[in-house]
Amino acid sequence: MRHDREHKSVAAYLCGYISHMPARLDFLQSMTGLILALFIAAHLLFEASIIISKDAMYAVTRLFEGYYFFGESYPGIISFLAAAIFLLFILHAMLAIRKFPSSYRQYQLFMSHMQHIEHGDTRLWFYQAITGFMMFFLGSVHLYIMMTQSSDIGPYASADRIYSDWMWPLYLLLLICVILHAAIGLYRLALKWGIFEGARPKQRRKLLRKLMFITLFVYLGISLMSLGTYMVIGYQHSDRAGERFILSNEQPAEVQP
Amino acid sequence: MKIETNRRLKISILRFDPHVKGDKPRMETYEIEEAPGMTLFIALNDIRQHHDASLKFDFVCRAGICGSCAMIINGKPDLACRTLTKKLPGEITLAPLPVFELIGDLSVFTGNWMRGLNERLEAWIHEEESEFNFNLLEEPMEPELADEIYELDRCIECGCCVAGCGTIQMREEFVGAVGLNKIARYQLDPRDKRSDKDYYDLIGDEDGVFGCMTLLGCEDVCPKNLPLQSKIAYLRRKMLTIGMKDKSGCGC
Repeated sequence: MRHDREHKSVAAYLCGYISHMPARLDFLQSMTGLILALFIAAHLLFEASIIISKDAMYAVTRLFEGYYFFGESYPGIISFLAAAIFLLFILHAMLAIRKFPSSYRQYQLFMSHMQHIEHGDTRLWFYQAITGFMMFFLGSVHLYIMMTQSSDIGPYASADRIYSDWMWPLYLLLLICVILHAAIGLYRLALKWGIFEGARPKQRRKLLRKLMFITLFVYLGISLMSLGTYMVIGYQHSDRAGERFILSNEQPAEVQP
Repeated sequence: MKIETNRRLKISILRFDPHVKGDKPRMETYEIEEAPGMTLFIALNDIRQHHDASLKFDFVCRAGICGSCAMIINGKPDLACRTLTKKLPGEITLAPLPVFELIGDLSVFTGNWMRGLNERLEAWIHEEESEFNFNLLEEPMEPELADEIYELDRCIECGCCVAGCGTIQMREEFVGAVGLNKIARYQLDPRDKRSDKDYYDLIGDEDGVFGCMTLLGCEDVCPKNLPLQSKIAYLRRKMLTIGMKDKSGCGC
């Protein structure tokens, strides 16, 4: 380690006394992460409305398209939301990438440390780094499609995309990545800033860790179940792929022969 | 009556002396008989006495106070003098602490590293020299505050937190928990007249508190059980408020 800070470059003299950027970047990384994690927590639950019924999922879709406020659906709202999330996602990725190993040597030092020390929270960070890296690609694909094809959301439209349009392998990977990343992220966020630490931080950490694992498995369970449901619907609907869903009480009465 | 036989311990030690020309790092295994209440300190002395007199390792106090016997024990940094062999499996692997300058075998030079750190962070009470008067009595301090300062002052600079930190393995300029704990200690102390901005100048960057990735290795390996996670989080909040408020810097 180099503790010697006497040898400053010209930039250090020109820049004056202190820089505020490290503090702001750190805060911004945490904030964007928090917003994204809370968004995902809600998003996955809304998505899981398909487990209840197609009608329930359709109602949720129409809610976000503004149907219950304006009397008709505006998928543009979803495009706008997706674009906003995409921007946050890019900002968060840009900030978080600062923490990645920046050379093979750093990577190797970290890996060797992690393998020897067998320390749970060190490993958790590594899982976050890996899932974060994977989401650069997986998340971008998903967000871009949501931005550009926001009108294709619904019990049949989504199921067709997942099954007939072969999105399910991407969604499966993205699902696992995002849940791991967000659950671990929220736990680490609480410890990083000392939120909820209470009078006995060491005990509180154990509780937070337990809560993190419970959240992780509950969300994995719910989300895999909802992906499975979309798969089944997509399979059953595959010969009529592209056809839209109509609420059961809005369907035209069948003509009696 | 059942006679219990003592375990035979297999202790593998990473041997290497950088000062011996041509020496190469290698693992050497020694077999010794475990004794009741045996610590690694006793085991290592046994090895040096009966197997290999050239084995290098550091000890001073044998009571977890001096911090010189920190080493990697089965992958985890800890103090050898406080580690009972009965709490370890029959096969034990020992290695010197990483990051620090290697003297030889299990002996590392934590002293010069810690000195550099203390100088870098100016880990001493800063007072206005003009106001300093030897004849004055020291201002009384609330016992709760004194306790809080003392709690952090228990750091023995053993280097375990540095060895347990994944961040410092990658980025050697990071101050580590030992450094941040020192700032937390002086920041609490009303005798230290440094302003929050002065502290920000020392640790308000990515080599300081904002470089910490919250891997919590430090918290979990600290042999003195210092509240490192909580203190680093406190400093992070404190430094954030300064970084957000103050507008005198250029922002680059």
